[in-house]
Amino acid sequence: MLQIRIHGRGGQGVVTAAELLSVAAFEQGRHAQAFPSFGSERTGAPVVAFCRIDDREIRLREPILAPDVLIVQDPTLLHQVDVFQGLKPDGYVLINSRRSFDQLGLGEVARQFRHERLTTVPATEIALKHLGRPLPNAVLLGGFAALSGLVSLDAVAHAIRGRFSSKLADGNIAAATEAFEFVRQEMEELAEMKEAAHAQAD
Amino acid sequence: MLKQIEGSQAVAQTVALSRPEVICAYPISPQTHIVEGLGELVKSGALAPCEFINVESEFAAMSVAIGSSAAGARTYTATASQGLLFMAEAVYNASGLGLPIVMTVANRAIGAPINIWNDHSDSMSQRDCGWIQLFAAHNQEAADLHIQAFKLAEELSMPVMVCMDGFILTHAVERVDIPAQTEVDAFLPPYEPRQVLDVNEPVSIGAMVGPEAFMEVRYLAHAKQLMALERIPQIAAEFAERFGRTTGGLVRGYRCQDADTIVVALGSVIGTLKDTVDELRDDGLRIGVLGIHSFRPFPLAAVRAALEHAKRVVVLEKSFSVGLGGVVSTDVRLALSGLGLQGYPVVAGLGGRAITKASLARMLREAVADQLQPLTFLDLDWRIVNRQLEREAATRRSGPIAENLLRDVGTVASKVS
Repeated sequence: MLQIRIHGRGGQGVVTAAELLSVAAFEQGRHAQAFPSFGSERTGAPVVAFCRIDDREIRLREPILAPDVLIVQDPTLLHQVDVFQGLKPDGYVLINSRRSFDQLGLGEVARQFRHERLTTVPATEIALKHLGRPLPNAVLLGGFAALSGLVSLDAVAHAIRGRFSSKLADGNIAAATEAFEFVRQEMEELAEMKEAAHAQAD
Repeated sequence: MLKQIEGSQAVAQTVALSRPEVICAYPISPQTHIVEGLGELVKSGALAPCEFINVESEFAAMSVAIGSSAAGARTYTATASQGLLFMAEAVYNASGLGLPIVMTVANRAIGAPINIWNDHSDSMSQRDCGWIQLFAAHNQEAADLHIQAFKLAEELSMPVMVCMDGFILTHAVERVDIPAQTEVDAFLPPYEPRQVLDVNEPVSIGAMVGPEAFMEVRYLAHAKQLMALERIPQIAAEFAERFGRTTGGLVRGYRCQDADTIVVALGSVIGTLKDTVDELRDDGLRIGVLGIHSFRPFPLAAVRAALEHAKRVVVLEKSFSVGLGGVVSTDVRLALSGLGLQGYPVVAGLGGRAITKASLARMLREAVADQLQPLTFLDLDWRIVNRQLEREAATRRSGPIAENLLRDVGTVASKVS
């Protein structure tokens, strides 16, 4: 079972992101369960949403305590909430930021995990460009598809199409696609650097 | 049709397929999404003929439901928590009059302290009101139970409450098979009232009854619930035959056949319990789960039959009778009279406290070793409880309990769960 935890702030579409991810997984024939951390929602307050994906019926109803994937929609949460709590050692992390893990002051934390599974993407900037509004949720799902390959960009786009009106869907899909390309390029550069390092070592 | 859908929307769509003619409701979390969904279906004309009546309170919602049901309309409403308490007087009237209203209760705690999260205190507070109470373990069951509930309610002329865990189910997006209109129509015939307010054939509904017949009227309500004990499994079987899945019924066991230890529970925690039981089975523990899906009528015989071969029974419940202990446990104990089984009431998940697999496994291992206390509060924070008790012992003006405890707990915003 794949367990994804999404951190953000009220108004950023955290709950919608988890739902879209579950729909994308459903479209790919899988079982999925999305649910919010229940509370009195307020704009700007820290919000968490969860998504489980499996090949069989999901019966578990506890919050996700040991996620395989962490998506952080708002980097200002990093020093307020212990977002890394329970993250599995081989987990994926995607943070909405134009800065790197080191620049975010997360170098120490990052070294505890597999560095090719950690990345940042400027999702807010990409959202502003395509939507005119700072809504990073659907954008990050495109980035997540590239980072992990655990859902396809097509399935994400399909889920977005099913949720939003056509104009909003177009913008979100374009933004998700740009984030997908951005992360894919980052992954390729990382792989090349790794190869180069190997070659040097040889 | 399989859909990846929020629990509330699945219920709204399934209620709509049951062709209610009057829907009246007052919004309260976590029920609101259900009636919002139905409101949209009425407004768009997708659900017609149906009148959606906005009311000023839950008391009015149930009063309108009584009126429309007495006038012969298939009637639906939904509520939760304080809303259910506010409509309580009318809730008793609906069942006393034998009106087949179907109501969803999106289970939520009762204040004070105010708390919007899930437990079963609300519907348990109405367990003696004469309504049938069905409990859903997951969203497919929550949806299916509404179709079954209309059939049961109208056959018996008794109201039915469908209880589903607030937030945990109402706000969870998961796979639900929403049936076709033709399938539902074939299963659920049009409403044929036993009593109806009709100007051409005038009757009184709700006449005063004195000591000469009141007990008999009450007994007849009980007789109907006993009939429901027969009809609930039959309707579940008919439903399974037509729709190809088993939901509803009185009780359903999981890995109980050779179990020494059986955990009894209601609602969505059954899923987490099944996963926990699978892991404990892998470790060689002979343990199973019994889900109760009809709490009123309480299936004494079915519960006894399911548990009598076990050595011990744990009743895990999201309800609590202050000054006594478990609510469900008391009924289970009655079902087990004379059997000499070891019984352990466990109160868990009050006010939305997460019930985790790890905590359940720890508690169940203690149960198997017969080390549980006579009454257990799962994951109770004794540290803050004892600090408050010490404060109260030390000072007269110890202040408001809720405030004190929140201060002791510290900020929760930085916690993930």
